[in-house]
Amino acid sequence: MTADSAERQVDSVLLRIEAVSKAFGGVQALDRATIDVGRGAIAGLIGPNGSGKTTMFNVITGYARADSGQVFLDGRVITNSAPERVFGLGIGRTFQLTRIFPSMTVLENMLIAAQHKERSWNPLARAGGAAARRHAMELLDFTGISSHAQALAGTLSYGQRKLLELSYVLVADPQIILLDEPAGGVNPSLINTIAGKIRELNAAGKTFLIVEHNMDFVMGLCDPIMVLDYGTVIASGPPDQVRNDPKVLDAYLGTDEDEDEEASGAG
Amino acid sequence: MNTALSRSASTALLRPAGILVLLAIGVAYPLVFTNAVATNDAIYTLIFMTWAVAWNAFSGYSGYISLGHAVFFGSGAYFTGIATVDWGWTGSKVFWLLPLAGLLGGAIAVPVGLLALRVRRHTFVVITIAFFFIFQLLAYNLQSITGGTSGLLEPPAATIGYAVATYNNPFYYVAFGLAVGTIAIAWLIRRSRFGLQLRAIRDDEDRARSLGVHAMRVKLGAFVFSAVPVAMVGGLWWYYTTIVDPASGFDPLNDVAIALMAFLGGLGTVAGPVLGALVIEPTYLTFQQQASYWYWMAYGALFLIIILLLPRGVIPTATEQFGKWRARWRGRGVHAAASPAAISDRAEDLA
Repeated sequence: MTADSAERQVDSVLLRIEAVSKAFGGVQALDRATIDVGRGAIAGLIGPNGSGKTTMFNVITGYARADSGQVFLDGRVITNSAPERVFGLGIGRTFQLTRIFPSMTVLENMLIAAQHKERSWNPLARAGGAAARRHAMELLDFTGISSHAQALAGTLSYGQRKLLELSYVLVADPQIILLDEPAGGVNPSLINTIAGKIRELNAAGKTFLIVEHNMDFVMGLCDPIMVLDYGTVIASGPPDQVRNDPKVLDAYLGTDEDEDEEASGAG
Repeated sequence: MNTALSRSASTALLRPAGILVLLAIGVAYPLVFTNAVATNDAIYTLIFMTWAVAWNAFSGYSGYISLGHAVFFGSGAYFTGIATVDWGWTGSKVFWLLPLAGLLGGAIAVPVGLLALRVRRHTFVVITIAFFFIFQLLAYNLQSITGGTSGLLEPPAATIGYAVATYNNPFYYVAFGLAVGTIAIAWLIRRSRFGLQLRAIRDDEDRARSLGVHAMRVKLGAFVFSAVPVAMVGGLWWYYTTIVDPASGFDPLNDVAIALMAFLGGLGTVAGPVLGALVIEPTYLTFQQQASYWYWMAYGALFLIIILLLPRGVIPTATEQFGKWRARWRGRGVHAAASPAAISDRAEDLA
């Protein structure tokens, strides 16, 4: 345990995935994978392409059914709950390819994320009260896209869409936020902005689980880091430990035989 | 936020004034145009306007294109027909059957929706068409109830007994009331949380679910709502024509015409289907009365051109052009260049 992670007060497990398996036809996407995400952590989930990271997210958030195993949120079993229920329980998620509502305005996108909290008996009541709109604008200010509040979300740039997706996951005030490649396809200065926002939110108490291919981003931000390979967790720990783990190097660079093949192929 | 303020101030005055003028025109119409052809065309236009607005509140808002709403229209027509004959009701009393017809339409929409809304896009369209044919075949084959191929026919005079000169007026005002009520509810839905959820489903249903939208509940609610006014105007239509057979009550061309009206005016907007009905139905009736095939082909070609040039429909394109024009005009008066925020200011009304 480094001093840094101790400061984050990882006092209990918030999200626990226990021995979850999931096969698509003959492909074993997840094979008895187990991960723990402590309360207040910024956990990273890495692994080569096809190692099961997104499947893990889908199983947690109800988009894919686990064949076996359990998912716990705060000690409570939430395995195979419907996506809207998982969200209601406090797990927010973004998608690898950002999924916003393009023909609605940025503000309306935010109100959609806030609507589940409204408890109105009148279905024709106007969407988003003054408080909901003010809160939405505050979050857009936080992520720096409030000047686009009235623009159609479909007109935003790719990076702005990532920020919008992050903003509207925040509207719902989830306990834990799952980010699927928040830095993917985003320019370097915006990557730093996104990392900064994640740190700020974490300092305010939000827990994160992040899937990312950008190693600088993950190593600089996440602790602990868990490594998936062929659907199994092969390593878990602080960045320095994971970086030097021989099993991790194998998974990313291939085994010795593979290297030989590569070398002969290149030669 | 200058633009936002002046915009809300101008629309706050303009919009209610415009609506009042339109309502006054609607109320005065049969008093000014006493010609039976003019009121007949107006009744048909209002019937199809109600249908198009109700259909749009489901299909336009949610993106689930139904080509089976004639199920509710026909059911409403048969219900009013059968109930009137069985209960021996006459005169204006028959109009009180319309809310019951609406309830019946809503009740039918529950099981139909529960089955059809399990699938999306093209498959949903095909399933609504399948339901349509099931109902039309039922109308053909349940002869003891529906009269089979010959349908239900009541001699008008025996049932209604209105004065000939103003015969159309009660029908006109009932149709007008139904249209106004349906438009008002469609407008309320559009700006409500329910409407927001429907539009989120149209853009990305799975994402909406992950943000806590109970998609099935919302879709089914809109589907059932949209069936109610359609069944009511179906019942009104029967009482006006006093004849229904399976081919006219469950007419697939009506489903296509409704979709065309919404697409022409602007799918998913409140004013779109109103404008579409005002353009398409009178044109259709005029050509029908002239029985000229050349006109028909010109009519078809005109719509092809409009759909190709304005694929989003008249209202969204016009709103956007107006917004750009206004931003440019403002920009010249206040700033050197139009701010992007001013252009996007109108974007809220487009979707």
